[in-house]
Amino acid sequence: MIEQKLEPKRVGKGLYTWVDERLKIATLVEYMSHKVVPKHRGSIWYYFGGATLFFFVVQVVTGILLLLYYRPGADSGYESVKFIISEVSFGWLIRAIHSWSANLMILAAFIHMFSVFFTHAYRNPREMTWVSGVLLLGLGLMFGFSGYLLPWNELSFFATRVGTGMAGALPFVGKFLMTVMRGGDDVTGATIGRFFGLHVAILPGLFAVLLSFHLFFIQRQGMSEPLEWEKGAAGPRKYYPFFPNFLMRELLIWLIMLNILAVLAVVFPDGIGVVHWPLGQKADPFAPPPPVIRPEWYFMFAFQALKFMPAHLLSVEGELIGIGVMSLGGLLWMLVPFLARKNMEGQKPILINAFGWVVVIFIITMTIIGYILK
Amino acid sequence: MNRRISIMRRLRPAVMLAVIMALMPAIGRGDGCLDCHATWEEGAKAPSKLIKFDVHFKAGLGCSDCHGGNPNADDMDVVRKTKGFKGVPKPAEIPQFCASCHSDPVYMVKHNPSLPTDQLEKYKTSVHGMRLFEKGDGKVANCVSCHSVHNIESPLTPTSTVNIQNVPKTCAKCHADTSYMKEYGIPTNQYEEYQKSVHGIALLVNKDNGAPACNSCHGNHGATPPGVTSLGAVCGLCHALVADNFAKSPHKKAFDEAGFPECETCHSNHFVQKPQLNWVGTSDSSLCVRCHAANDGTRGFAVADSIHMALSHLNNAYNRAVGEIDQADQKGMMVTDERFALNDVKQAIIQGANEVHFFDATVVTKTAQDGSAAADKIYNSGQKKISDYYFRRKGLGIATLLITILVIALYFKIRTLEKN
Repeated sequence: MIEQKLEPKRVGKGLYTWVDERLKIATLVEYMSHKVVPKHRGSIWYYFGGATLFFFVVQVVTGILLLLYYRPGADSGYESVKFIISEVSFGWLIRAIHSWSANLMILAAFIHMFSVFFTHAYRNPREMTWVSGVLLLGLGLMFGFSGYLLPWNELSFFATRVGTGMAGALPFVGKFLMTVMRGGDDVTGATIGRFFGLHVAILPGLFAVLLSFHLFFIQRQGMSEPLEWEKGAAGPRKYYPFFPNFLMRELLIWLIMLNILAVLAVVFPDGIGVVHWPLGQKADPFAPPPPVIRPEWYFMFAFQALKFMPAHLLSVEGELIGIGVMSLGGLLWMLVPFLARKNMEGQKPILINAFGWVVVIFIITMTIIGYILK
Repeated sequence: MNRRISIMRRLRPAVMLAVIMALMPAIGRGDGCLDCHATWEEGAKAPSKLIKFDVHFKAGLGCSDCHGGNPNADDMDVVRKTKGFKGVPKPAEIPQFCASCHSDPVYMVKHNPSLPTDQLEKYKTSVHGMRLFEKGDGKVANCVSCHSVHNIESPLTPTSTVNIQNVPKTCAKCHADTSYMKEYGIPTNQYEEYQKSVHGIALLVNKDNGAPACNSCHGNHGATPPGVTSLGAVCGLCHALVADNFAKSPHKKAFDEAGFPECETCHSNHFVQKPQLNWVGTSDSSLCVRCHAANDGTRGFAVADSIHMALSHLNNAYNRAVGEIDQADQKGMMVTDERFALNDVKQAIIQGANEVHFFDATVVTKTAQDGSAAADKIYNSGQKKISDYYFRRKGLGIATLLITILVIALYFKIRTLEKN
């Protein structure tokens, strides 16, 4: 009997045939092999969605590892985080990567969103991709807010008290919403339970569903081409294959991100500057609040804008008006593809661009002021 | 209009009465003595200037309540002839003068029930009181020497001459005056020494009102310098544990027999300094060698040496642990547990210093060994943190290098792919 040589190529082919017989993946592979990505001077912006996804995957992996030791509760939250960073092998690294990756994910998501906005990639037929993306960013921010309390240290306690207190300023539902979030009148161990459930179960579930839709839309519709191409701008249109070219480029970016993440996590395990998360002292509800209570950097613009609001405006609470205006702004932002439909038809989208720049300048200015003013 | 005027006219007496009643307290507070004294020459004018700060005046007492006389009389001769006029008391009369109220419990309970009424009795037992009453020495301190006169304030008031922050200066007014104290033959450098002592620095520099002033050791109204037999008890008021340890030590009997004042023998009195490690031991700078020698027939020299060795070891272990923890901290490692554990070592150092007063090497050595073991454990932990730090850096270096190689390889792969 002649013994057949076990070659890798033959093994791979055999495996592929085995899977194809059962799942009919040949059509999917055929589809993928024809998928192309537009090549132009703005192609760099395509990678920020992938970078966001990369950081999200890191979040999931490190989050699961942290979950092995983290114990929610007013009597155990702080102690378990302290145990993770001081006793568990590489616990400090996992927490540092989780915290850095969370911040970088939000940053990448913001860049991704604004690049999509200013390249008008949200336009027909990608309205649903845009809406799902904005909702994903909203969920990402909620991840940050709920995760911030979990170490149950001094800063997180008072920042959560301020944050949930702002929700309490909403008319009619404010008090109810605040009580539901806190699990009582004040931030207590019950709040950790709720935030923990939100952080590790509810939000990941919602995020996974929305992310699946978001990625499905992108795969079905492909990458958006520049607006100029649609308007018949001169010059040849260039593309390159999604597989393997774009995927390899994406992999390259991910590796660079991983390198940056590793350096940041090892050199600055507690963060640096305005992005820091030292464990510090355990939360004490009876202790005086720290002199400066600041939210995470991505909430700073909203926090500062609300601080600038007068106490009352036409007999309505200023903070309430601020929350109302920002909520309305957020809604308009999400509905941009529908509102800007006419603006997209053959004209320069000056109005939409102006709206985008106003939002960008507002966010940057308020954030800077928030960190400058004590 | 007429009706309104008529009502006003009818109300006029009532209004005037109300105005007079409102002014009554102010009129009552007016004192004829002050009116006249304010117009006199500087010396006699002083009381009228100072009295507004005086605790008695604020309580509603007037000049005549102490000095007697008729405050409403226009002529000083009339005042002097008034029954009960006391005028200005001589120094020897002042204690009795003040005691006429301050030793009267029935009177004092109406004004300040918390104030004791035994000041005069205590004063009589003091060196000041004895010299005043028995030798007629008018130079010694009487009530007004310390409490001031006419602007007497509560000791709780920061500006009071007898507020704890001001007591050393008040005593020094006489006791640091070389010419004034010349005839008494006692030193005048107490204030100077006290200012440089741990007690003086704590009170005057650090504003720690729990630190002792002169009266904390010498008493105030019964001011007496603590003697050989009472010194330990006086220091033991605050340093109870040390005094207790000393009382159980072999030195207690030896000091009593030799007539050595207990604490002062080693620590001095007004110039008390922070104890140093070299005070105990057998080096030239140690205090033990003042009395003990290697071949003096006692165990003192050997005990001193053993105690010094034990405490030195503990101190070195503590400093070594602190250095290591600081280094780990600077490298960004988490050392909160180690810092907390250092408190146990600090406690052992304090306990060891207290136990020195047993003058028993076995007791001190046991404490020092426990403390040193705790310090060594912290040191090892700090050392582990530092090696962890370098391990992290090396790991990062290797990981970064591998990823970078992968990035470069991928970059060239993409280039080749796209070139083809």
